[in-house]
Amino acid sequence: MSAPAERSVAVNGVPCRIWEKGSGRPLVYLAGLLGLPRWTPFLDRLAEHRRVIAPSLPGFPGAAGHDTLDTLLDWIAATLDLLDGAGFSGGDVVGASVGGALAAEVAAMAPALVERLVLLAPFGLYDPAIPPIDLWGQKPGVFPTLLTTQPDTYKAFTAPPDGVDPGEWSIVVTRANEASARVLWPLADTRLERRLHRVRCPTLVLWGAEDKVLSPAYAQRFARGIAGKTTVTIISGAGHLADLDAPAACAEAVLAAIG
Amino acid sequence: MKLMWFHLMPYTKLPDNFRQRHNSVWVDIPRSLFDPEIGHRIYNEFMDELEYAAAMGFDAVCVNEHHANGYGLMPSPNLIASALARRTSDTALCIMGNSLALYNPPTRIAEEMAMIDCISGGRLIAGFPVGTPMDTCYAYGQNPSQLRQRYHEAHDLVLEAWTRPETFSFNGRFHQLRYVNIWPHPLQKPHPPIWIPGGGSVETWQWCAAMDYVYCYLSYFGYKAGRETMMGFWREMERLGKDRNPYRAGFLQFVGVAETREEALKLYKEPAEYFYGRCLHVDLRYAMPPGYSSEATQRQRITSQVTLAAQRAAVMTQGASWDEIVEKGFVIIGSPDEVAEQLREVARDLNVGHLMLLQQFGNMERDLAAYNTRLFAEKVMPQLRGLFDDQWEDRWWPKPLPKAARTAPQPLPRQEAAE
Repeated sequence: MSAPAERSVAVNGVPCRIWEKGSGRPLVYLAGLLGLPRWTPFLDRLAEHRRVIAPSLPGFPGAAGHDTLDTLLDWIAATLDLLDGAGFSGGDVVGASVGGALAAEVAAMAPALVERLVLLAPFGLYDPAIPPIDLWGQKPGVFPTLLTTQPDTYKAFTAPPDGVDPGEWSIVVTRANEASARVLWPLADTRLERRLHRVRCPTLVLWGAEDKVLSPAYAQRFARGIAGKTTVTIISGAGHLADLDAPAACAEAVLAAIG
Repeated sequence: MKLMWFHLMPYTKLPDNFRQRHNSVWVDIPRSLFDPEIGHRIYNEFMDELEYAAAMGFDAVCVNEHHANGYGLMPSPNLIASALARRTSDTALCIMGNSLALYNPPTRIAEEMAMIDCISGGRLIAGFPVGTPMDTCYAYGQNPSQLRQRYHEAHDLVLEAWTRPETFSFNGRFHQLRYVNIWPHPLQKPHPPIWIPGGGSVETWQWCAAMDYVYCYLSYFGYKAGRETMMGFWREMERLGKDRNPYRAGFLQFVGVAETREEALKLYKEPAEYFYGRCLHVDLRYAMPPGYSSEATQRQRITSQVTLAAQRAAVMTQGASWDEIVEKGFVIIGSPDEVAEQLREVARDLNVGHLMLLQQFGNMERDLAAYNTRLFAEKVMPQLRGLFDDQWEDRWWPKPLPKAARTAPQPLPRQEAAE
């Protein structure tokens, strides 16, 4: 797996990292909880077919500036600025988890930008019968088994990169959690329900069958709300970070949906 | 030296097996464990105790704010303080907490504290904690990533509401008010003294220094654990070119005094074990929401506060034995002379002019609380009085109206009332 090309763009005056790999039609990936501490096999697989652009949202690894974003509108504007800065003027968008909530907002608010949408266990809706788990009210150390079915893969994904001080790295990881909390606190209900009907592009909703954070039952709720033609694919054996747990199966599903 | 009597108002009837049966004393403590009839009794007893401490000559009585908490039954300390304003006459009223970020608009705090300052004739100390994660982020749903930004903005708004002479508009990040014009405004000018209870972050120390506020370290783990924090505070004051006036600081300490050390060890064991066993049984999942601690504080903690954090976590998860409670100085125990000696040492060593004393703790019954308070007032207090006062002025103490100008509660004669 070769490293992606890296550059930086300013959002609200704060640098945000852009990773890019592959060629062909552009495909944007907005990462989920914890962002992208490392390039992943899932993205590498997509990059064999497409020009994959992975911008870091403010506060996630490679980017700061979350602390000036107070409202969801601020986050949507920052996401649009980030896509602008990345040189993305239209194409396919894949969003996972927190990134999925914002990808859905982009598709709803700037529909011309999104040709096809993939939502991978996105946040944004709230069903009182199956509420999202309280991500920020967990005992220390449970994330590996809570977020994934492959705790070792998760630990390797989030371990300090070579040459990075472990103390400083723990601050980076906490900052990513904080950025997620800043968007989703306290119930992870961004009221996306009210805007979902504005998503008119063809959409794939992907979900890990073993997701302990957000029940896969939310997939149907998204499918019902989205106006565009929507298909649901459940990935067996995968947890909330399904693209980490099952990179090949997820990439295959994405490529099948968007070609 | 100021000696201040602090009440947490703990619920006194948590079951013996609380730690084994239940998750946490805070946030999701079972509602069924609270009996309002017991609440009726202990609220009244606790207020008796506060009034008693005031009558016994303590310089201040202190109340604070907690939410969904089995050891702190004061969601609104202002309610208790307003009752105390009527039932005490010369004692300062220290509200060691209105958590500013929790109230919208925060002018409510400016108003209520101004009311208490007026009712009491200018005896209010206004404490502004950020608030614990349990209180603010979990029980009150505040976003941990915005909590400190909201806190600082609310502080600015309260201060402006207290001091600006005209009706004004406030256009903050989080609060927009076309008209700010609080009635009443505080009696003390420019405003009541502001004290900041904090956990030990450098930013808080710097802010207290810049604003000329008192910094209070309110830990339940006594002077030995608090020493590192207070040393850090004074090092920072020195670096900032501030003097070592001990009245810049406040410090909380549990105290149990009896005629002899043996008697004290016998008397205070149960309430201390109740407090450190049941009351501090807090689920760790409510202790560290991301964003609650600034990145500078996280860095500081990585290098310096590991032991204290570990100790706190250990008590939360395992409790503490009586031997440990005494040996580590969580509670200062002894005869009046021994307690006076230790407190003098604490005050000198930590350089703290405001000692906040917890003399009712855990499930301590009122008779013992009164005994502890009286013995302290009669035999310990005289030994500590005057400490620091030859050298330093307490610029952060309330400045009430002269006694002759103050109105005391005066029941109307029944006949007059009828007319």
